[in-house]
Amino acid sequence: MDAFTTHTGVGVPLRRSNVDTDQIIPAVYLKRVTRSGFEDGLFAAWRGDEHFILNQEPFKAGSVLVAGPDFGTGSSREHAVWALMDYGFRVVISSRFADIFRGNSGKQGLVAAQCSQSDVELLWKVLESEPGTPVTVDLTDKTVRAKDLVAPFEIDDYTRWRLLEGLDDIALTLRHEAEISDFEGNRQTWLPTTDPLPAV
Amino acid sequence: MSRTLAEKVWEAHVVRHGSGAEPDLLYIDLHLLHEVTSPQAFDGLRLANRKLRRADLTIATEDHNVPTVDIDKPIADLVSRTQVETLRRNCAEFGVRLHPMGDFEQGIVHVVGPQLGLTQPGMTVVCGDSHTSTHGAFGALAFGIGTSEVEHVMATQTLPLRPFKTMAINVNGALGEGVTAKDIILAVIAKIGTGGGQGYVLEYRGDAIEALSMEARMTVCNMSIEAGARAGMIAPDDTTFDYILGRDHAPSGADWDEAVEYWRTLRTDDDATFDAEVHIDAADLTPFVTWGTNPGQGLPLGANIPDPEKIADENERVAAEKALTYMGLEPGTPLRDIRVDTVFLGSCTNGRIEDLRAAADVIKGKHVASGVRMLVVPGSMRVRKQAEDEGLDKVFLDAGAEWRQAGCSMCLGMNPDQLAPGERSASTSNRNFEGRQGKGGRTHLVSPLVAAATAVRGTLSAPADLEV
Repeated sequence: MDAFTTHTGVGVPLRRSNVDTDQIIPAVYLKRVTRSGFEDGLFAAWRGDEHFILNQEPFKAGSVLVAGPDFGTGSSREHAVWALMDYGFRVVISSRFADIFRGNSGKQGLVAAQCSQSDVELLWKVLESEPGTPVTVDLTDKTVRAKDLVAPFEIDDYTRWRLLEGLDDIALTLRHEAEISDFEGNRQTWLPTTDPLPAV
Repeated sequence: MSRTLAEKVWEAHVVRHGSGAEPDLLYIDLHLLHEVTSPQAFDGLRLANRKLRRADLTIATEDHNVPTVDIDKPIADLVSRTQVETLRRNCAEFGVRLHPMGDFEQGIVHVVGPQLGLTQPGMTVVCGDSHTSTHGAFGALAFGIGTSEVEHVMATQTLPLRPFKTMAINVNGALGEGVTAKDIILAVIAKIGTGGGQGYVLEYRGDAIEALSMEARMTVCNMSIEAGARAGMIAPDDTTFDYILGRDHAPSGADWDEAVEYWRTLRTDDDATFDAEVHIDAADLTPFVTWGTNPGQGLPLGANIPDPEKIADENERVAAEKALTYMGLEPGTPLRDIRVDTVFLGSCTNGRIEDLRAAADVIKGKHVASGVRMLVVPGSMRVRKQAEDEGLDKVFLDAGAEWRQAGCSMCLGMNPDQLAPGERSASTSNRNFEGRQGKGGRTHLVSPLVAAATAVRGTLSAPADLEV
């Protein structure tokens, strides 16, 4: 994962609440077995509408999405994060994120920045009155800046540290391999096991 | 110190406590896989030259993509076929037991785990699917994860997690005639909202919950995610133990006794406190249906479509306006007047044998209304076989419904079972999102009883409407 300290890019106001992951990427786009190329599925149903924000200049080139509350609800599909990142987004700003989406973002290096709803409304006004306004998201001091607006955002400290350092979660966990083995040695013997096959 | 059920299960799985901002490391007892959210995780293992740590705690099934007709033929959609074949190759390479299309144990991952007896009280269960919350019906801590986390569990059999907050959903009193677990959970979601459970594990409690069968409890826990909660739990009791006893992977003999002794400790202590509490009177509930495009936009069947003008909160008002436009509905229309094109009975929410029995009981001797198609998709091949042994397939076929093979099917329309643009469904599934069941499709979430009555009348209906 690439480290993230600060990012500046075109802000995209998305005036919708409850943007579920089926809207971010519909199920028909989840059939691929690869990790890239999901940008074509991003907001696929809405992008069919020429008035949709991402079909308009200069928002097409956006990289900071500013959305309504309860962003990323529904399905656990990490493809939603991949689609946003493959399109070019590095940050999503919302006043509330669904838990799984927030977790998936943190694993991939997409910053899920939680601002107050009043700051989201102020950002929307700035971005709508002056389309193309760059937004700067600084993870070191946890602020969003656009024109004169400076808004603080929340992100949990551990995710922030991992993003700043660009650290791989699995490698971090494997530092504790001995403790995992100890735990396994003490599990109740009657816990169920599946019937695995010999690996080839 | 007194603790809630969720806290007990959490503590029993902590490999190491995090210090400061660092999360706890939690051991995972069971990892369920399917074709859609696993290929990139297997690839990640290969790229990093890592092994699957515990194939014996991992099991896979094909469900999201699979067709529900002609399953003896190759999958027609080449991209779907590739994904299913990729799962087969990955499972063979890493030694994971897989239940492929046509196998007697194949089915929706959240139907398969419990019916094999792999889901047991006090376990941690994860899957790259948000409806993993279903398994919480057994008093397991079960939640959906993303593909990065799937890879993490494959490599380490653990997940770094911050403790959840706890919320009690108290449902007391007796459910009225024709009111089901689906109506309970739809009412809960309408009450706390699609974001109300964010950051929480929900514990469903109270005598109305205790009176539910295991299958009904699974319906309730299944849709916890629709209230924003990653997990929902119900304390295990004799109903739970009776369900597990004798299943393929259930403990037996002295192990059974030891297990039950432990399972009986898995209850929230009397003096434990929850971070939040919600109360619902079961006697107040009636059949519940959704009118909008998120599962929180629901009302009793006897109500009318709400008027967005009268919604005070701006975000909710805008959301309601957008939902009604998408759904093609007018404020003030009685829900009972809404005509549907399709009825879908199935999914991990309502695709179990009891759901099929309940719907069959309503539709027996009647006929699906003209112009309506009804799809009946059992949650697993085992459910399908059981239903056929009971003659339910014949009841549905005689009524003019289609009797299909097992899978996720029209719940998310990844296979050919989809709504056409503008088509309207009454669906026993879990999500009424825009386009969920097919691009431009319009979904009303309902219970199996309402689904069956709706199929007969052609408009949203309860079984009682068939008697007048």
